[in-house]
Amino acid sequence: MIGTFYRSPSPEAAAYVEVGSEVNPETVVCIIEAMKVMNEIKAEVKGIITQVLVENAKPVEFGQPLFKVRPS
Amino acid sequence: MFEKILVANRGEIAVRIIRACKELNIRTVAVYSEADANSMHVQMADEAICIGKAPATESYLRIDRIVSAAEISDVDAIHPGYGFLSENAHFAEVCEQCNIRFIGPSPRAMQALADKAVSRALAKKAGVPTPPGSDGPVEKEQEALAVAKRIGYPVMIKAVAGGGGRGMRVAHNDVSLVKGYHTARSEAEKAFGNSKVYIEKYIENPHHIEIQILGDQRGRIIHLGERDCSIQRRNQKVIEEAPSPLLENKFRKLREKIGKAAIRIAEAARYTNAGTVEFIVDEHGNFYFLEVNKRIQVEHPVTEEVTGIDLVRYQILLAAGEPLQHSQSDIEIKGHAIECRINAEDPFDDFRPSPGRIEMYYQPGGRGVRVDTHAYAGYTIPPTYDSMIGKLIVTGKDRREAIDRMNRALGEYLITGVKTTISFQQAVMQDPNFRRGVYSTGFVDHLLGGPRRELIEEKT
Repeated sequence: MIGTFYRSPSPEAAAYVEVGSEVNPETVVCIIEAMKVMNEIKAEVKGIITQVLVENAKPVEFGQPLFKVRPS
Repeated sequence: MFEKILVANRGEIAVRIIRACKELNIRTVAVYSEADANSMHVQMADEAICIGKAPATESYLRIDRIVSAAEISDVDAIHPGYGFLSENAHFAEVCEQCNIRFIGPSPRAMQALADKAVSRALAKKAGVPTPPGSDGPVEKEQEALAVAKRIGYPVMIKAVAGGGGRGMRVAHNDVSLVKGYHTARSEAEKAFGNSKVYIEKYIENPHHIEIQILGDQRGRIIHLGERDCSIQRRNQKVIEEAPSPLLENKFRKLREKIGKAAIRIAEAARYTNAGTVEFIVDEHGNFYFLEVNKRIQVEHPVTEEVTGIDLVRYQILLAAGEPLQHSQSDIEIKGHAIECRINAEDPFDDFRPSPGRIEMYYQPGGRGVRVDTHAYAGYTIPPTYDSMIGKLIVTGKDRREAIDRMNRALGEYLITGVKTTISFQQAVMQDPNFRRGVYSTGFVDHLLGGPRRELIEEKT
């Protein structure tokens, strides 16, 4: 997806996930905003977040990794 | 004036657009598929954004991704190049809705020339001759037969949404017409998503003469003379020249007539920005309107060389709202220019595409030689797109000098690692009929099939 990466559902809210958060395939980990549409991005794996690779509100391009996850 | 432009294309035309932007001090954003990560346009642009996997349907044709890329890089305008989304009215509309200027004709002009059948009707209304044929799309086989009976065989069945030389077939009698009609419709559906076809008289061995036009947002339109693109193989252009030897040698007065006809059609469509109005001219000097190409074309450099006008720069200025700087009387054609398309194809194996890694690359130079390319030594031509390596454009004070110079330049052009059409182009430059300016669209088949085939010797 190409768009702007957001770590939380809104500016004042807490981030969806942090390093150490447990995720399963359906967990929403971030939002990518494209053409004024907020797209909730799901983890698609089960595991633990080990690194957040993109800063909040930065643009992302196709194929760009967003999080490092240690699968469990 | 724009501060930043996104180039929604790849290959040599993306490089061309980036060059025009740089000369105007406009920053550039390239978009690319995973297969084009090492492509020249990505290296040249100020910023680059990956928009998908190799197939065009997953990258260069993805309106959503391209507009997203435009938004995150905060561009003022998008240049669509040629092919891909350049004539997609929906894309132009989406850009305008997102407050991004589309560098090309307005959505309204695109609608007025929406497909070949609609354009034909517009031309007729503007009093421009069109080849005899059906009034619009032909809905039933009976209708097709009736049209053919009225205009006489041979006829062409043409997809209304066809382009780039595709979606056309010839029928010489009722049996082949019926068969061709149904096949053409299903092919068109598959290739263009639109099964509508129309019928036109097939004019044998015509000359393909096209007129470059420019229109500003105040409704003023000028033309920059003609290009002769009759040297084609399977409806794909291989050589283009300006001016046309046919008009120079035989039908001088036709230039003004065809130019005026092109402007009448453009005015009827309220055309803006750059475009090309295509005609066919038969051996008696009759000319007929074919279609309008609503974009910058591959062969635009030959017009640039003989008029001294930068067409891509003009596209950017006109899109930014600038008025035309030239009046019709300011346009002067000086000298003669020829363009040879250099493709990664094997001319000895039916022009089979030859993608792969370019090992050695040395391009010709010297006076009057221009090469528009994205290729370089070590570049791998991906198999997913067209086979064009680049365009070799040569200018001379007259046609004879241009041909001799092109022959010289082709002889210097060194590309190893992939097969190229360089030797084929040289055979054309050395052909007596080409040199005399006596040719039509049947020329290449004749050259390849005839007794002069031995001229096309493998040069190692």
